[in-house]
Amino acid sequence: MPNKKQMYDKGKVVIGLCILVALMTFPFWYNLGKAAPAPEPKLSEKAKAAKECVMPKAYMTSGHMQLLNEWRDTVVRDAKRIYTNPSGKKFNMSLSNTCLDCHVEKAEFCDKCHNYASVTPYCWDCHIDPKEAK
Amino acid sequence: MKSSRRRFLKIAGISALGLGAKPVLDVMASSSETAAPKTAKGENVLTAKRWALVIDTRKLQSEEDLDPMIEICDKIHNVPKFENKNHEIKWLWAEEFKHEFPMQEPDFLNDRLKHMSFLTLCNHCEKAPCVRVCPTKATFKREDGIVLMDFHRCIGCRFCMAACPYGSRSFNFRDPRPFIKETNPDFPTRTKGVVEKCNFCAERLAVGKLPACVEASNGALTFGDLDDPESEVRAVLRSNYTIRRKPALGTGPSVFYIV
Amino acid sequence: MLEKALTGTKKYYGWIAALLAVIGVGFACYLWQFQFGLGITGMSRDVSWGFYIAQFTFLVGVAASAVMVVLPYYLHNYKAFGRITILGEFLAVASVTMCILFIFVDLGQPIRVVNVLLHPTPNSILFWDMIVLNGYLLLNIVIGWKVLEAERNNVAPAGWLKPLIYLSIPWAVSIHTVTAYLYCGLPGRGFWLTAILAPRFLSSAFAAGPALLILLCMIVRKLTKFDPGKEQIQSLAKVVAYAISVNVFFFLCEVFVVFYSNIPEHVDHLKYLFVGLHGHGVLVPWMWASMIFMVVSIILLVNPVTRKNETVLVVACIAVFIGTWIDKGLGLISGGFVPNPLHHVNEYVPTLPEVLIGLGIWAIGFLVLTALFKIAVTIKEEVAGLA
Repeated sequence: MPNKKQMYDKGKVVIGLCILVALMTFPFWYNLGKAAPAPEPKLSEKAKAAKECVMPKAYMTSGHMQLLNEWRDTVVRDAKRIYTNPSGKKFNMSLSNTCLDCHVEKAEFCDKCHNYASVTPYCWDCHIDPKEAK
Repeated sequence: MKSSRRRFLKIAGISALGLGAKPVLDVMASSSETAAPKTAKGENVLTAKRWALVIDTRKLQSEEDLDPMIEICDKIHNVPKFENKNHEIKWLWAEEFKHEFPMQEPDFLNDRLKHMSFLTLCNHCEKAPCVRVCPTKATFKREDGIVLMDFHRCIGCRFCMAACPYGSRSFNFRDPRPFIKETNPDFPTRTKGVVEKCNFCAERLAVGKLPACVEASNGALTFGDLDDPESEVRAVLRSNYTIRRKPALGTGPSVFYIV
Repeated sequence: MLEKALTGTKKYYGWIAALLAVIGVGFACYLWQFQFGLGITGMSRDVSWGFYIAQFTFLVGVAASAVMVVLPYYLHNYKAFGRITILGEFLAVASVTMCILFIFVDLGQPIRVVNVLLHPTPNSILFWDMIVLNGYLLLNIVIGWKVLEAERNNVAPAGWLKPLIYLSIPWAVSIHTVTAYLYCGLPGRGFWLTAILAPRFLSSAFAAGPALLILLCMIVRKLTKFDPGKEQIQSLAKVVAYAISVNVFFFLCEVFVVFYSNIPEHVDHLKYLFVGLHGHGVLVPWMWASMIFMVVSIILLVNPVTRKNETVLVVACIAVFIGTWIDKGLGLISGGFVPNPLHHVNEYVPTLPEVLIGLGIWAIGFLVLTALFKIAVTIKEEVAGLA
């Protein structure tokens, strides 16, 4: 055993590490300066007219998934379907029939951002976009 | 449960801010109490301690008599039709006496019963084996006795299908959507890989409607609260001889048959 | 120690490559299943569990059987088994790995598997199965690895291992008991609804596992310089002999109860398996073959003259393994689902992609087994100064 700490096959190891680092960071180099602009979800006329959503816009933007998660548990497991928001307005907790009734353009409203963020929520495996059903 | 945990965490977080924040909280307390969103049942909701169904088979002679009920059930619940028998999905369907009541068949069954079709569906058992075996509580018992499925939570292990002594459960062996003739947008379809079954029309009860099969039965089906001595089902049970499927197993089916 | 698995002869690499090829094919089929759903299998509304769950059940037994070398060595100080406990433990690791994979590929929604942890449900036996299987895997990895390491360094195993080893003994029994409870607690499934199912599982496990271990010991002896030992193999052979006898006895108890009581809900399943029901009997030849394999193996194993002849012993062990595999890996699950609760007879036959996925998992198991045995045997050779 050598006394000093030394690296075997130093040259090969260093070249290997360089290749690894280059490969790992490739997507960053490749896309440098080409970032797609964040999409702006398009509100339907009906949604614009309604002015406010179930909860304030900031909350809905960041927390709609938590809200929907709570809704689905409340509806399915607690058999409660009516949601009263802080300003006292009542809603039927339904993705297809309440959310999409106002946000009629699923492609423009939901998919645009989800595609940009590269998330594929499985809501639509079961829940129906009423527009598509017709 | 989940939302209460979240509420607890919120309260815990606020408390962690320390006593310095207390005066601020006092000011906010009155307004925030009214501001919390609330959830509730609908105003017309039909409630019971234990929903039950009584099927008067004397009024349902042929398979044609059952068809309207089966059709409406399949239609409103987006039940697909598969060519491949292995992949079949069934919520409400017809069986002969010897299959509906195996081991309960007398040797010399009268001709009417022998050749007639019986409505078959989930029994919403009092002590449901499917609820007992589910590893995620995706199948659970509601406080009104309905054995319900949470399709969001089902992992597709199919333990419930092995546990059900009535063959009431179906599994989505593939995406059902291409096999639904006409989609009802008010009710979700299912996705591949989850189990499903009759839900006693929980979605209709929530808005004050009776199950679709009961509505389409021309009075052959009676639906009501088994726990209420004044209910219509109890009246029907008092005045008729009824049988249930596989009573010896102790599951306590909530579906009764007048034969 | 892991590096020992990375060097070997051309034959060793060839074997690994062959396993990887089978795994590749299985994985490709699994991707198809992941995309399409479980509809690519032969399972149905009536037979809702099939080949995957059957393999899982059989392999839990193989895993549990490690206790048959661990128990005599650690509890009764039977020194001879000290040479091969590590092989038993590593066989358990490979088997439990396969078990977990077989459950995973059977799930309709595999990406939601963590729901079992997010919504723990103690009234479900599957919840306990998850705990005992993962616990057993961990126990055997830790025990096997640390004991082997100690052997390599020529020191006594660490003191804290002892309680873990003792714990692993009842734990082994628990994995197969809990697995039997998956089935035998279900109302309306007459074939499984029997208190003797867990004992039957254990007896067939203690036959199949050690039989496989004997075969593996002989392969190790042939391919390496490490000899697991004649005495060890003979002792294991006695374990197999009596476990398979008990297994057949338990089965006959079942047959008596079912046919003497003559309760149709119990009779029909056995009839389906052994003579066919309403013209359906795809498993009939298999079940009789299974019975013949088991009976022949009893004759060969109980008789000392044939047992001590190692060529005959190999034949007997293969017969035990195939016989118990058919019994559990084919008959047990299908037999429970046919006829269905409404007394319709809808048979089940696995499809090609289903079998290929299953073979892929077996190959993963053998890959794990090969690597672990390679490590263990190399170290044994080193310690004995043979390398």
